[in-house]
Amino acid sequence: MPLITATRSLGRAGLFSLSVLRASKPTGDFWRELTREIYKIGARSLPIIVVGGAFVGLVLTLQGYRTLSRFGATNSLSTLLGLSLYRELGPVLTALLFIGRAGSSIAAELGLMRATDQITALGLMGIDPVAKAVAPRFWAAVICVPLLTAFFCSLAIGASYLEAVHVIGLDAGYFWSALKDSVDFVDDYCVAFLKSAVFGGTAALVAAYVGYHAEPTIEGTSIATTRAVVNASLLVLMFNFVLSALLFRS
Amino acid sequence: MPTDSAAVRLTDLRLERGGRAVLDGIDLVVPRGSVTAVLGPSGSGKSTLLAALTGELEPAAGTVEVLGAPLPRNKRALLELRQGIGVLLQGNGLLTDLTVAENVGLPLRTHTDLPEPVIRRLVEMKLHAVGLRAAADAFPRELSGGMARRVALARALALDPPLMIYDEPLTGLDPIASGVIMSLIARLNASLGLTSIIVTHHVHETLPVADRAIVIANGRIVFSGTPAELEATADPLVQQFLRGEPDGPIAFDAATRTEVDLAEPA
Repeated sequence: MPLITATRSLGRAGLFSLSVLRASKPTGDFWRELTREIYKIGARSLPIIVVGGAFVGLVLTLQGYRTLSRFGATNSLSTLLGLSLYRELGPVLTALLFIGRAGSSIAAELGLMRATDQITALGLMGIDPVAKAVAPRFWAAVICVPLLTAFFCSLAIGASYLEAVHVIGLDAGYFWSALKDSVDFVDDYCVAFLKSAVFGGTAALVAAYVGYHAEPTIEGTSIATTRAVVNASLLVLMFNFVLSALLFRS
Repeated sequence: MPTDSAAVRLTDLRLERGGRAVLDGIDLVVPRGSVTAVLGPSGSGKSTLLAALTGELEPAAGTVEVLGAPLPRNKRALLELRQGIGVLLQGNGLLTDLTVAENVGLPLRTHTDLPEPVIRRLVEMKLHAVGLRAAADAFPRELSGGMARRVALARALALDPPLMIYDEPLTGLDPIASGVIMSLIARLNASLGLTSIIVTHHVHETLPVADRAIVIANGRIVFSGTPAELEATADPLVQQFLRGEPDGPIAFDAATRTEVDLAEPA
């Protein structure tokens, strides 16, 4: 019965998520692992985020200018850019890029740890494998994705500024003042951070769950990696709609 | 302190995997300080027995007592009990992103509040015991199979557990590395006063260091006694296993044999 199987999987994923939260204790080993994971999944994702953000800013500027120029509203270009970036594109695209770069590696690492008996060995040494291998990755994602979103949006705005002001010839003063007037610190910037933290946690939990429970074979690891990317991406898109509906009601 | 002279006591144990009985009616007492070899052909249920000893597999019936107490069902209590059991896994299970010294020090850093200089000294001592002090800064990927097995042994001994369980400790090792591992197991057992259970199908390498041997086949214990008694037994089932004969009471997968025969040139 597919419905029963799906319900059971959902329940197991929920229990796994609870076990990750329960296993998150601020021990010396936890901080060491957290620092290592922040570097591995956060700092190492920076190049792809920077490049991705710059090109998204460039294309938004290009298309936005073409459309707005029809209505003589090119001075609102940075308003369009700021709102669409901070409210939707920044958190979602950063999360999707993060899933492709770091989510897949979380699933593959945990799948390989399962296949090479490392998870079994941790349990047999009396060390909770979830506390050692999963909790630091989860919190690293919760911390890193909002920061990566900030980089993504900053690079997108920077690239947009260069294109809009130095290539298209818009006025720099209008560009910055419209951006400053339209983007609210709490309603847009902080909400983008909140959404990003939720997306980061979701991506890490999905990737860790499928990797941790992967069949202990090469094929099992490969399947887990694919599942991590597909499931986490879909969940992020779904959660984005729910959070947008809740947070931007005004 | 438990006064029971048995390190491990299994009573009328039944173990199942996927609803199918793998072992049934298992009664076994492993005395403290002994080296017990658990022998049997591949697929006989040796690893299943090991999973029951470490609490990874819950018995379908019967009881498992380790170090004088029944295995707890609570996950926290089980993790605590495992600090008194050292397990050398067939695949070693070394954490690949940690160095040799970090791997050996991992149980000490997790379970003790010892200062870092003391932990470093203890790690040196454990690595010295297995002859690998020089490899402290190497990563597992840089080690040979025999060296990795010895690092895993040092890590299993890190907390000085009273009970050691070895799962196929010789698999994948050349004869020299096998000899080194078996002599290490015997020496450590004697010098540290451990109780050791060696789960293996390498009969001839294991019996010289064992005090007792049990043979598992067809889902039950078919022999229990000393190595000398094992070699002297006339039981056809045990003899088939010891001599490695393809025909006998222990069933061999006919389909597999046919495939092998077909693959071999005439």
